Amino acid sequence: MSLVPTARDHATAIAADVRAGRRRAVDVVEAHLAAIAATEDQVHAFNLVTAERALAAAAEIDRRVGEGDDPGPLAGVPVALKDNLCTRGVATTCSSRILAGWEPPYDATVVRRLDRAGAVVIGKTNLDEFAMGSSTENSAFGATRNPHDPARVPGGSSGGSAAAVAAGFAPLALGSDTGGSIRQPAALCGVVGVKPTYGRVSRYGLVAFASSLDQIGPFSATVGDAAICYDAIAGHDPLDATSIPTPLESVAAHLADGVSGLRIGLVREMLEGDLAPEPDVVRRVTAAAEALEAAGAKIDEVSVPAVVYGLSAYYLIAPAEASSNLARFDGVRFGLRVDAPTTAEMMRATRTEGFGAEVKRRIMLGTYALSAGYYDAFYGQAQRVRTLISNEFAAAYERFDLLLGPTSPCVAFPLDAKTADPMTMYLNDVYTIPSNLSGQPAMSVPFGTGEGDLPVGVQLLAPALEEARMFAAAAVLEEAAP
Amino acid sequence: MSAKISRDEVAHVARLALLELSDEELDRFTAQLAAVLEHAQDVAALDLAALEPMAHPFPLRNVFRPDEVGPTVDRDEVLAQAPAAEDGRFRVPAILGEEP
Repeated sequence: MSLVPTARDHATAIAADVRAGRRRAVDVVEAHLAAIAATEDQVHAFNLVTAERALAAAAEIDRRVGEGDDPGPLAGVPVALKDNLCTRGVATTCSSRILAGWEPPYDATVVRRLDRAGAVVIGKTNLDEFAMGSSTENSAFGATRNPHDPARVPGGSSGGSAAAVAAGFAPLALGSDTGGSIRQPAALCGVVGVKPTYGRVSRYGLVAFASSLDQIGPFSATVGDAAICYDAIAGHDPLDATSIPTPLESVAAHLADGVSGLRIGLVREMLEGDLAPEPDVVRRVTAAAEALEAAGAKIDEVSVPAVVYGLSAYYLIAPAEASSNLARFDGVRFGLRVDAPTTAEMMRATRTEGFGAEVKRRIMLGTYALSAGYYDAFYGQAQRVRTLISNEFAAAYERFDLLLGPTSPCVAFPLDAKTADPMTMYLNDVYTIPSNLSGQPAMSVPFGTGEGDLPVGVQLLAPALEEARMFAAAAVLEEAAP
Repeated sequence: MSAKISRDEVAHVARLALLELSDEELDRFTAQLAAVLEHAQDVAALDLAALEPMAHPFPLRNVFRPDEVGPTVDRDEVLAQAPAAEDGRFRVPAILGEEP
């Protein structure tokens, strides 16, 4: 029983109408609040719906339009934010008990930029606790359901954002992607999901998971909507020291560029051998390659053998960085404190009660990988694999302009199907992780369905800062999608 | 690489990470961490001595902001979110005379 709407209100259409005074932002927000009221109890995309704030912000947009002002390229567009993005004065939980009651004293840079572009934040979406997971089942507030089939997971960790867009609760959402946490749920929910180049979108105000991998990006129903959202949030930010100063190129301006003459490589290791996806997924990727070829691209196979080591490297590097980043949750400065006679006992009691099982598992794994005697064998070795994968991608991009592969090995799976065995769950990210390790952009585009009529996403991978080329190819795929 | 991670090692790591695990959790985590580390053997076994370790995707170094006075996050707003605060500072239980 699908909860996916048959008709959609796109961000590009909303912004054009609101800017021209043809529609009121308040009406747009009310329509989306009504959609949330109708089916959110079956989806659980949100940790918090900020209805009053959204209506007030929309009224302000309408007032500005009435005065002849232009509120910006996302005027009146409702946006759902993953609940690990800081919102001043609005609870930000990371779906963890340890941040219970915390209201950040500042806005994330992406939140400020959305506001500056005229977008309206409509709520905070559910995630796997601290973005650790691939199914949004590791939330302290309960699992999110896939709108295509509520008995199945939406993917994760940004499952709430993906489900919010798929269910028509918001035309745009933001997520964070450390090992696939935007692209994999986008694929499973049948929406577009983009991981930009590392450093292209400011992480100021994103609660850190693995700082050398984390990147913020958009979800939307269409490639064009993702493009205007990316254009609004990307660009240099002095508040994030890892932010790239290179001037921003508008991807929306290049959407119609096409793929004529582009050389696109099909990544062999993502389609056959030990890491081969379900046969339906292989068929969809092959069909996507044919569609790109029909549009004028030159398709060839390419081998990137080191991607098979990405998963192991990731599950050493990401937990290592997480064990360090999550040391700040100790009951001293924010969120939960479990009282005890001494500070050390208070910290231990707070962390023991505040963190869920998967977060504890990753902190332990990271602490172990960084501990004396194991550092070089695990963490150092994983960092060398990162170099190996980056070198192989660099070699592939000497022959190709873009790479193509699957996003996820399978379609959305039933709830609880993979919760007992962490390693089975981790395998969901096998095709998405390499781009996080190399820092390069990648995006998932819906391309037909697989088993059970469930959505399949195909993944476009691009060299650093080549988002415009990637979006142009995504637009071709969207046009050709079955 | 070494043999499987032991229950004692898991208990030691939990102490380092300021986490308390029940006996049942210790058993479960020992088996689950062993499975992940077992998978990581493919990486541990590679000969990568010729490659430099990569800590970060791009070579950004010495990123400084201009040395100019500007607005900062409001102290009272920050302290209002703390579990306990006093005299403009975070308040914690006793820290002296306790085990590390």
